[in-house]
Amino acid sequence: MKTFKTSLWLLAVAFATTYTSCKPGTTTAVAGDAAQKAYVPPGQHDEFYNFVSGGFSGQASVYGLPSGRLLKVIPVFSVDPEKGYGYSEESKPMLNTSHGFVPWDDLHHMELSQTNGEIDGRWLFGNANNTPRVARIDLKTFRTAEIIELPNSAGNHSSPFITENTEYVVAGTRFSVPIGNNQDVPISTYKQNFKGTVSFIKVDQNTGNMSLAFQLETPGVNFDLSHAGKGPSHGWFFFSMYNSELANTLLEVNASQRDKDFILAVNWKKAEEYIAQGKGEKRKARYAHNVYDEKTHTAKSEILEEVLMLDPVQLKDICYLIPCPKSPHGCDVDPTGEYIVGSGKLAALIPVFSFTKMQKAIADKEFEGEFEGLPVLKYEAVLHGEVQKPGLGPLHTEFDGKGNAYTSMFVSSEIVKWSLKDLQVLDRVPTYYSIGHLCIPGGDSKKPFGKYVIAYNKITKDRYLPTGPELSQSAQLYDISGDKMQLILDFPTIGEPHYAQAVPADLIAKNSARIYDINENHHPYATKGEKEAKVVREGNKVHVYATAVRSHFAPDNIEGVKIGDEVYFHVTNLEQDWDIPHGFAIKGANNAELLIMPGETLTLKWVPEKPGVYPFYCTDFCSALHQEMSGYIRVSPAGSNVPITFSVGEKPAENAPPASE
Amino acid sequence: MADSDQLPVIYDPAHISRLYVAVTLYSINHQLYLCMKQFIIASAIALAVWACSGNNSSGNADNSNTTSSEASGATAGYDTARGTGRFTNIELSPTLDKAKAEAGQKVYDVKCAACHKLTSEKLVGPGWAGVTQRHRPEWILNFTTNVDEMLQKDPKAQAMLEICLVRMPNQNLTDDDAFAVLEFMRQNDGVK
Repeated sequence: MKTFKTSLWLLAVAFATTYTSCKPGTTTAVAGDAAQKAYVPPGQHDEFYNFVSGGFSGQASVYGLPSGRLLKVIPVFSVDPEKGYGYSEESKPMLNTSHGFVPWDDLHHMELSQTNGEIDGRWLFGNANNTPRVARIDLKTFRTAEIIELPNSAGNHSSPFITENTEYVVAGTRFSVPIGNNQDVPISTYKQNFKGTVSFIKVDQNTGNMSLAFQLETPGVNFDLSHAGKGPSHGWFFFSMYNSELANTLLEVNASQRDKDFILAVNWKKAEEYIAQGKGEKRKARYAHNVYDEKTHTAKSEILEEVLMLDPVQLKDICYLIPCPKSPHGCDVDPTGEYIVGSGKLAALIPVFSFTKMQKAIADKEFEGEFEGLPVLKYEAVLHGEVQKPGLGPLHTEFDGKGNAYTSMFVSSEIVKWSLKDLQVLDRVPTYYSIGHLCIPGGDSKKPFGKYVIAYNKITKDRYLPTGPELSQSAQLYDISGDKMQLILDFPTIGEPHYAQAVPADLIAKNSARIYDINENHHPYATKGEKEAKVVREGNKVHVYATAVRSHFAPDNIEGVKIGDEVYFHVTNLEQDWDIPHGFAIKGANNAELLIMPGETLTLKWVPEKPGVYPFYCTDFCSALHQEMSGYIRVSPAGSNVPITFSVGEKPAENAPPASE
Repeated sequence: MADSDQLPVIYDPAHISRLYVAVTLYSINHQLYLCMKQFIIASAIALAVWACSGNNSSGNADNSNTTSSEASGATAGYDTARGTGRFTNIELSPTLDKAKAEAGQKVYDVKCAACHKLTSEKLVGPGWAGVTQRHRPEWILNFTTNVDEMLQKDPKAQAMLEICLVRMPNQNLTDDDAFAVLEFMRQNDGVK
């Protein structure tokens, strides 16, 4: 028996070896306590919120760490049937742009608001890369509260990074384009006619409301990423840029020619001084500004027509260029604000620049020349040092607050930990597979919380059960509390996560709203109590003022709608209890459904096309009598003389009006 | 969304962890194809759950981050006449406070009327006629301001739930709201 057991063990070990070795790169053992470290028992909460961009899904997702549990998908730049975002009449204006309604965009990066360089838990910003916009999400409600479009911009990639008191959110153009009056130019005139811009969006410190303060017109390069200075470097902003070749075709080759591109250092306090002196040019522009009003539960979109443009070639001392090897991608500032890490994605080293040295080099005029009219600092004069042989394809760097930096290596598929002080590589772990961004809680702020680093990978392959050609994205969680990084969890993520932020749960959870106070509901079509439930005809528009409560609608029998009418169901959820939403769906709706939070009013537009009787019902299980939560609406032919009537229960509602015609 | 009803016994964590260990042992002997990695992880989880189930306070010192609630049921000494909540002894004036009753009607219209008629007819919940004779004021105030705990503990509230089968929503009434609604109920019951 003993021999038999021993041979079974050997067989098991042999199998395990074969099993793991057929996955390239996964031979690293997962240590025995990994499960314990990532385990959050049922009924208990995670320690951190992780806000993760949804990439091409256009949304933001929220995970709990260390469990990796998906807590919520926040709709931002794309319509979302689950919540009716972009379908309800109230939310449609959020997706309005100068190009009209854009139902789907590409959300790249997330940034949490900060006060004094520390995450304050108030707002979360996200950027739309395709039709350039910046969104602000309110972390009391986890809803998109505001979206501002950026004129003179294409491919808003180096965004939405913020200054240390959230004075500004920035945006920089990934694609330079012709701007101004004449935009119909040959593409071959790129070098003459194409311009980039860097935008500074002012954030109101009390309301969070955003306004486009100014733009800098720059050479026609491609801005990639950015981060603000902090502490001693507060007042500066750093943007990585590639394509200093100013190529307009086959960028893969033509924008990778020069040995060095640049990091653009922007002295935004200097820009403010010029603006205070009345400098800068007001230019015509067209861009949308959409704001969600929490009192009326309704978004409004307005088109703005002017922007203040500064020319940094004319207005000296705003912009300096720092040479940075090989198409820099990440541009990250350490917690002290002294070191600026440029990740040349095609370089075999990581340059680290010193803010103190940069200041000195500017004072001493240590320039190696100019690029398109902007002064270029000497590389060696600004350099703190280089991390040698860190791996291949450095993309992004985050910090643990203990003097260490963690850089994602796309090509060699690993995270590399190195020391800021002596630039020595301390540790490396593989990622599965081809890591893009990475995130440490508070890892780009003055006060990182350390503990974990999360890898957001570009390739998933065999990490999970196969789901056909399309796979969810793969993230890994590593414990970084010790000297060595330790893989403790794999978890799938939606869309394609680019940047992410993580923050201790306490900072957010304590402020989380539970309901919308029905007494503060100022929606123009709110129905506060069944007494007010009614149906009102205004020409061919029929407004249904409806209420929902466990478990019925009022009214739930409606007649008098005719073909040619537009019916607006304004449904108010009368509940005032946490987590009691009601849904609303009606047969044949070619728009969507509603999901109405407690105390909220939402509107579904419905245009019936055939006479008949249509059921509507609650789509979100609300009580033991949820299945009974339904009603009927009768639709008569055009020209019919069926009067508007409505009721709930046996008797017609008290204030049912007489026939409308 | 989920109701906060007590979970059935089969989900007892201690039960599961024992099951987990049993399954793991079974696997060692009979399922040779089980990959070692999976075994290690499964064992670690089993041990973690086992460890936690032995001492409920070990993993969570202050319990502040848990959401589960313990249903204790009515205990000895429970005041079934007054229920559980902040209100233990209320003296009401024999006469009606008209302004307060009016304020109560406003709250009723928005937050209560969808389910409660002012007659004795049951809609979703019981009709309100006679409610102030059926229950002490403390019980009404506790039920309207402390719905979830009342539905969990109070025998009279639970008996009503068995009839209505829809949990009364916690409508987030302030104490002032609750007193006003009580006054409106008294008016409805004929207090002048």
